[in-house]
Amino acid sequence: MTARPLKVLIAKPGLDGHDRGAKVLARGLRDEGFEVVYTGLRQTPEMVATAALQEDVDVVGLSILSGAHMTLLPRICQLLRDEGMDQVLVTAGGIIPAEDIPALKAAGVAEVFGPGTSIGQVADFMRQHAPPRAG
Amino acid sequence: MTRPAATGSCLAQEARGGSRLALSRLLTAVESRTPGAEEALRLLYPLAGGAHVVGITGPPGGGKSTLVAALVAEARARHRAVAVLAIDPSSPVTGGAILGDRIRMQQHAGDRDVFIRSMAARGHLGGLAGTTAESAAVLDACGFGLVFIETVGTGQSEVEVASIADTTVVVQAPEMGDEIQAMKAGLLEVADLVVVNKSDRPGADRAAAQLRAMLDLGNAERAGTSEHSRPRPKRPEVLLASGLDAAGVPELLTALDGHHAGRAGADRPQAARIARARAQVEGILADRSREALWSAARRAETEALLEQVAAHELDPYAAADRLLQQLGTGQPAATSS
Repeated sequence: MTARPLKVLIAKPGLDGHDRGAKVLARGLRDEGFEVVYTGLRQTPEMVATAALQEDVDVVGLSILSGAHMTLLPRICQLLRDEGMDQVLVTAGGIIPAEDIPALKAAGVAEVFGPGTSIGQVADFMRQHAPPRAG
Repeated sequence: MTRPAATGSCLAQEARGGSRLALSRLLTAVESRTPGAEEALRLLYPLAGGAHVVGITGPPGGGKSTLVAALVAEARARHRAVAVLAIDPSSPVTGGAILGDRIRMQQHAGDRDVFIRSMAARGHLGGLAGTTAESAAVLDACGFGLVFIETVGTGQSEVEVASIADTTVVVQAPEMGDEIQAMKAGLLEVADLVVVNKSDRPGADRAAAQLRAMLDLGNAERAGTSEHSRPRPKRPEVLLASGLDAAGVPELLTALDGHHAGRAGADRPQAARIARARAQVEGILADRSREALWSAARRAETEALLEQVAAHELDPYAAADRLLQQLGTGQPAATSS
């Protein structure tokens, strides 16, 4: 039995159509040795939560540039808790004003990555903070 | 959330009881081959066997995921619980993977009777992950009567799915080659059904006609089993479908049901299931042998033997025979023979 690769869901909740960042991150995390479930654009909070549950991911990475983060991200965190996925690490990236970050963290987002963050920084954060699991 | 290995039977019970969280975690355990997973599989295996396991295979970009999504929607319209295992390749360099099949299947979020799970192949060749058959058995035992296994995009010879599916569907798209491609050995030979997908595209009718003509050329006496232990399907039906607008999809699901029903009762399904059993048992046998050879008690012995082979002092056949003999007796052999 070898160490299981970290499994990460990369999703874009909401209605903006800018998925380049999400794709760059998904591809970059693949190269970091992660198993990346990519569900792409225009995901509802329910789609994100269902995918996280059925895929049993360690990390949910949400990319959002529409400005709807204060609505969508807390809702996703709540749905994940409702499903029993309390331990899953939730991170966000995109265009998110600094003054919104404390509220997002209070809602359950572990970290917010802004423009200029390197793939390596994101990968290291996920490795350090993903919940430990047997097997 | 560290989960002790001993929770296998609990997970199995909760998953059987309808907990999707437990089911999902059990699939992770199976995929990682934990001791807990083995415990759970011992409980669940006798409860499985009722599901219709359908393999969906074909080249990359042929529209397999979109077609599976359309089949799932059609199955739900018929009030059937349906699961999907979607396999994508792992990087041979980093072990990482992009699991992107799910992107076509997201409309079923919130429907408890649809369960979609992506699997990375993790170095396993043949179009599947090493634990796909076990994962399908778990879904089967948890009440999913229809299980689709979508392979990695295959080349011409990744035919493993046929050994674990009751029904194998090969998905082609128009303009993917002339009739010579259809004459080649490999993937098409294991098809129970061939689907020319993207039937809305030009050339689809022509592609289907060419496939039918070529498959007819080899139609004589295809009954009986080959030495490869896989039952040989009779000449597969060729259907046209479009995953995108669901044209032909109800007919496809009906044809799948017909194939499954046609096999029930005859000795053909038995042969298919024996092939599946063989694949599973041989896989476990290989794993167990490997574990035994590299166990603390034997590791030094195994390494010494490999060094002899590397130095060309011993041929690899003799080394393998000697290791097999040791495993058989449960004793390390004498250091020299």
